[in-house]
Amino acid sequence: MKAMVYRGPYKIRVEEKPMPRIEHPNDAIIKVTTAAICGSDLHLYHGLMPDTRIGHTFGHEFIGVVEEVGPSVQNLKRGDRVMVPFNVYCGSCYYCARGLYSNCHNVNPNATAVGGIYGYSHTTGGYDGGQAEFVRVPFADVGPTIIPDWMDSEDAVLLTDALATGYFGAQLGSIVEGDTVVVFGAGPVGLYAAKSSWLMGAGRVIVIDHLEYRLEKARTFAQAETFNFAEYDDIVVEMKRTTDFLGADVVIDAVGAEADGNFIQQVTGTKLKLQGGSPIALNWAIDSVRKGGTVSVVGAYGPIFSAIKFGDALNKGLTLRMNQTPVKRQWPRLFEHIQNGYLKPNDIVTHRIPLADIAEGYHMFSAKLDNCIKPLIIANPS
Amino acid sequence: MPESGPSTPYVANKPKDIPTAEALRARIPGWGVDLDRKDRPSYPREVYDPGSTGAHWDYPEEQPHREGRERSIEHGQLTPVFGTSAPLHGVSGSIRRYAYRYGEGRAAHWLLLLLGDRVDAWGAHAASFVSLRPDNPITETGVLAEGRRHGIASRFGRKRVDVNHQWIDPIVVAGPWVAGAAGAFLGVRAIVRRGRR
Repeated sequence: MKAMVYRGPYKIRVEEKPMPRIEHPNDAIIKVTTAAICGSDLHLYHGLMPDTRIGHTFGHEFIGVVEEVGPSVQNLKRGDRVMVPFNVYCGSCYYCARGLYSNCHNVNPNATAVGGIYGYSHTTGGYDGGQAEFVRVPFADVGPTIIPDWMDSEDAVLLTDALATGYFGAQLGSIVEGDTVVVFGAGPVGLYAAKSSWLMGAGRVIVIDHLEYRLEKARTFAQAETFNFAEYDDIVVEMKRTTDFLGADVVIDAVGAEADGNFIQQVTGTKLKLQGGSPIALNWAIDSVRKGGTVSVVGAYGPIFSAIKFGDALNKGLTLRMNQTPVKRQWPRLFEHIQNGYLKPNDIVTHRIPLADIAEGYHMFSAKLDNCIKPLIIANPS
Repeated sequence: MPESGPSTPYVANKPKDIPTAEALRARIPGWGVDLDRKDRPSYPREVYDPGSTGAHWDYPEEQPHREGRERSIEHGQLTPVFGTSAPLHGVSGSIRRYAYRYGEGRAAHWLLLLLGDRVDAWGAHAASFVSLRPDNPITETGVLAEGRRHGIASRFGRKRVDVNHQWIDPIVVAGPWVAGAAGAFLGVRAIVRRGRR
């Protein structure tokens, strides 16, 4: 089968790989129809994530058709169209039993601090991902869900991470009616977080980025006020000004480890790899939120230390909330919101790229060319 | 002090310019449908409900071929299920296996893994040149998208702040290749000169 494989920082290619096998009785093999490139895939692509091995296939956002199931699988059969949450999880460990699917303890031998994720290095378990024609899906009775007939395929693939994570990010903010919510990052997760903040009763939603085309999408897709931080000497001060010097009630970091806005942080964090990324957005979040406010972090950070302004967080009495998203917990409500027309996930898709052209797709997404917001990968045209 | 007197947060009231619920509901489809915090999907964070996940086991059957699989020393055992994407091998595998002697809280663990990643990449590049499919930095970096996806127009005149460091990327990508080629050239030249003497 054909699959994207990692060849080192900034280098990938499509190769012939052996077909994935049933390795556990509750495995399924999925024929991938559509996958996506996530902003967090760029951390792997740039060589930031420890234990990213040559030959590894990325991709934690994908949907497809069941090709084969293991002998203990009860809920799926060959031919079912399924959407697969980015979390690999067992459904029975201490954490899964409490709904913390993204913190499963039974699927990632390489680290205890993170659960299992498809196509996201050996630090998250060493599972090949879905930017391929076929993929192994462990615990087929737990994670995958049959795609409802009414659901658009592109909406389904966006539900496997980006939409669920944006919605989860807004929940982590514990928004109450009338809150001012600031979202750092107008990428897919930030756009969905902004949109979701309204559903939870926000009174103002402000999105910050430096890419004007993404801010335009934030205005039209998420009805948000926008600020281009490149136009201000100090975006934190500007956030204080626009909130009567109170600060935002809730700030959502939807950027993660490769934030822009500070040259030194960028170079030490993402070029020289001297810290676990460039935590500019998180530091701005800590400084922009009001005292006693909440910072929600859904942007992805690696396991290596980062220079975080923790003293400000302490002295301001902040609540910091974060996690990888337990995707399947979000789905029933998100299905309702899509059916009711409150959310239209695929409005943010800008590119649909054949698997064979994925190297150029990564470069385009990484370099933010061609007004790219969300690129999908067509693995097996249906 | 402004003429109108002190305002929030120097006094107790909330900011005045927040629109009313009615105005927001009229402008934003679905505004407030998830207003009740206790009715949100991830509230409370932990809900003990092991019967709801689809798992029909208390502990999953263990995946076979467990021998030699590296694991964090912060795990009490090898997990029942694990990925098999790229097993450890060669020098990079030895470095990574050594890294797994350290706990996840130690910088040595992660920095050794990063070193293993780089050694893995250098080894794979070198090996590719004695294979039927050598690495091609042009196609593998996707740099041809610069022409096809409006590389110049996408970057300049748009107030993008990342332009100030993107020039480093080609150095990060091509630097090791140039250094390797230069090293190979100097090595070959030294051997040739020594042979002439």
